This record gives sequence, structure tokens and C-alpha cells, in this order.
Amino acid sequence: MADRPELEITRRGVLASGAMGAAIAVAPGAAVAQNAPEPQAPPTMPVRFKVNGRPQQLTLDTRTTLLDALREHLHLTGTKKGCDHGQCGACTVLVGGKRINSCLTLAVMHEGDEIVTIEGLGTPDKLHPMQAAFVKHDGYQCGYCTPGQICSAVAVLDEIRRGVPSHVQADLTKRPAASNMEMRERMSGNICRCGAYSNIADAMADVAGVKA
Amino acid sequence: MRAFTYERAKDAVEAARIVAGRPDAKFIAGGTNLLDLMKLEIETPTHLVDVQDLGFDKIEKTRDGGLRIGALVTNTDLAADERVRRDYGVLTRAIVAGASGQLRNKASTAGNLLQRTRCPYFYDTNMACNKRKPGSGCAAIGGYSRQLGVIGVSNACIATFPGDMAVAMRVLDAAIETVDGGGQKRSIPIAEFHRLWGDRPEIDTVLKPGELITAVTLPRPIGGRHFYEKVRDRASYAYALVSVAAVIQRDGTGRVAFGGVAPRPWRVEAADALLPQGAAAVTARAFQGATPTRDNAFKLPLATRALASVIAQAKA
Repeated sequence: MADRPELEITRRGVLASGAMGAAIAVAPGAAVAQNAPEPQAPPTMPVRFKVNGRPQQLTLDTRTTLLDALREHLHLTGTKKGCDHGQCGACTVLVGGKRINSCLTLAVMHEGDEIVTIEGLGTPDKLHPMQAAFVKHDGYQCGYCTPGQICSAVAVLDEIRRGVPSHVQADLTKRPAASNMEMRERMSGNICRCGAYSNIADAMADVAGVKA
Repeated sequence: MRAFTYERAKDAVEAARIVAGRPDAKFIAGGTNLLDLMKLEIETPTHLVDVQDLGFDKIEKTRDGGLRIGALVTNTDLAADERVRRDYGVLTRAIVAGASGQLRNKASTAGNLLQRTRCPYFYDTNMACNKRKPGSGCAAIGGYSRQLGVIGVSNACIATFPGDMAVAMRVLDAAIETVDGGGQKRSIPIAEFHRLWGDRPEIDTVLKPGELITAVTLPRPIGGRHFYEKVRDRASYAYALVSVAAVIQRDGTGRVAFGGVAPRPWRVEAADALLPQGAAAVTARAFQGATPTRDNAFKLPLATRALASVIAQAKA
């Protein structure tokens, strides 16, 4: 690579050329638009909700997902965008105490809601017990899915406490136990490309006070 | 995603009237399926009517001893309801076999019934798909059809209804309550709710434009042992290749419906009657006239084996 600098691809270079490509692609359309009727600005709407206890007021393009509102508008970038289609769980946040995929819900649907993200669970000085357990048990490698894993894990233990049933429960009329099988099943909506699953289950067992 | 305007409905009839009057408008409840499809521009509504404030979020006893499940009850809340777990176990089992914890917390009862197919050609906008673009053809026929339908399909479309919850509701003889923009209410038996594709695969259900689901009712409990056996490519968070919902009584009689095989939850009442004769007798009748492809012919013996497993558990 070193003797062929023209082939040396940097992250910045890719981003710059990507932006240039976009500019070229847009130009012909813009020229046509001069003769066409003025394109309408996309509809926007105000929305108010609480994020990590703080009231927030935003005016957003109606298409803005809760995930993009958190990341791009409130700059809470702990919540991650993985697949953006509800398949990977990296965007998991708590809304009204329940875990959801923030990529598959519109911000404007959350008027008045209370949202908790990874930034609201704990701070570097005062970790949430689940955050501390992930550190202790090495429940991650690259860390990209980790905020979603931790939000999901906190909610899973709460769901087990509240008696929400699962696919691996033998008797539906009994209360579920915080077993390894239960946690693995309930965490199936959070994908970890590095494969830290067994350590994540250990961290959850530690917080739940059970053997992994 | 295409731009759209958004409003939160305060009244069910008004919401139905708005959507009936605009072919480009859609209801949104949980949004977990619709927003996914809007991002891919498979669904392109220009107006969304959010129905979350309409109060259809309760599960109540009906006068005849059954349950009325509000259209907005989340999948999690429905599966967790004490009465459902006790008297309609097949329904809890089916719900918790589907999607992920996050999705079940947001997905609604009505939305689950209305979820669109997961046929890969429906999702790939570069491919011909009569369901996505009427008249464009069906790339699934002669294509990769391992996940697709084996019965009730047509020359225009071989997609399946992908859900689990509705398969259990079919066994329980549920009915879907709706209201339209004129305030007219009706109750649709679940057996008639999902269409067979025929030559109009773009229409999934018998709902009229703007007709809004308000509730799903379950008749009084029928007792028996409840099962939902789901066979899939991974142990959790995957669509069914074949699923079996069954309620089996002590004397070996019962009811059975299959998921992952047809445009609707697949139940043939004449096949139910053969349950005491064993799984092979039931599936021979239920899948009479099946038209599998080379890729998905395995679903027929798989359905027999999944049902055999259920019958064995019922006898144990």
C-alpha cells in the first residue's frame, strides 16, 4: 500500500468522496427542479418528552425516528444505530420503563413519554450495577452493541421480576426464574457480532444474584 | 423514507373516516412493521393517523365468559395476562415464540394480525413482486422459495402470512371487531380475515379501506392442553418454517392450525376430526392439494413431525 499512495484509503477519504458522490448525484435533479414547482419542505412537528429525567422540546421532520432524535438532535450518541430495522437491538432504550427498538418508532409518537438511554442508567463515576457487571465479566469486545445490550439486560431482569412469560418457560402459570436459559432466550433481540454472549449472561446472572 | 404528515386520532370513527377518505393514509399503532417497510419505501403513506390514544388497550371479560382484547394491547401484555396464560395458553405460547422482547413491547394485537409477509422478494424492491407492485410478476416462483407457502398460494404469489399470534387465535376461533368511518361495527371470524392471494395478492385481508380494528374477542375457554410448536432456523427470534398451534383434550380430540405454510393461519376443521388417528392422518387432510416447490417441499413432512411431537407431549 505504502508505494501506491493513490490506493491508500482512509476513513476520512471515503467520507469525503462519499459526500462528493452525493453532490454530483444531486446536481442534475436540482437543475430540473428549477422548472418544476417549488418542492415542499418535509412536514415538521413539535414534540416534548423527557430523556434521562430532563425535559426536551424538539421540532422534527415527522420521519425522525426516536433513535435519530436521541443521537442527531440531542447528541446522546450512546444509543447505537446498527441495522436500523429492529433486527439487531443496538438501539434499545427504555420508554416508560419498557425496552423497545428506538429505530422502529417515530419521535413524534412519544409526546409526554419518559425515555431512559444508556447515559441515564449510570455515569462513568457511578455505574449502574449492570454496567459494572458488564465491565467485571468482560461482556463485550468492540462495544458497539453494548449500550443496547445493557439497556435490554436491565429490562430483562425487570420483566422476569414482573412475571412476563418467555418461550423457554415450562409452566406458564408459574413465575419465571432468572436462569441462564431464560436470559439467553430473552436477550435474543440483541445481536453481538463479537460473540460476547456467555459473558453477557454471566454479567446478568451476577446482577440477578443467581449462578450463571 | 417518503415525507408524510402525522396526526394523533382522538376518536376511532373519525380516524377511520380520515383513512377511508385518503388512499395514501395509514393507521399507525406500534409501528414496528410499518416503519420498517416505510424505510424501504415498500410502504409509502403520505399521512399517518396514530391510534395510540384511542383507549383500546384493555383486556376485558365478555358476557359469554370469553375475553375481549383491545386492538392496542401490546404482544407482551397479552402474553403476560394471567387469564390468557391460564385459559388460552396456546396464545401466550405463540406470542412469546415470535419476534424479540423489544418488539413484543411495542407491537400491538391489531398490528400483529396486519403484519405483511416476509417473502424476500417482497422486501427486495429490485425484484418483481405482485404483492408490492401489482402486475409486476412473482420472482419467488422459480426463485428461492424455501421459506414460502405450500398451500393456499396462487400463480401470482406464494408468500406466507408470517405471524405466530394469529395461528393460535385461529385455533381459538377468535373474531376481529372493527369500526368504519360511518361508525358501522362488524365482527369478522379469524377464519375469514386473511385472504388467499388469488390474483390480488396486494390485498392481505378482508378489511375495507379505513376500517379500523378495535378488538379481538376470544370465545369462552375450551380447556385441554395447549401447545405451540415452532420449527425455525435458529432457536429464538426467527420466523417459522412450520409452526403448529394445538389444543388437545384428554380423549385425544382437539384442534390444530399451522403457521408458516400459507397466506393465512392454516386450519382445516375436517382435519381436526382426524386427531385421534395421529399426525399423519391430520396433515394428509389439512395439506390435501398442497403445491410445494422443490425448495419448500420439506415443510410437508416437517408439519407432520411437528404435530407428532405435539401429540406425543399431549399423551405424556
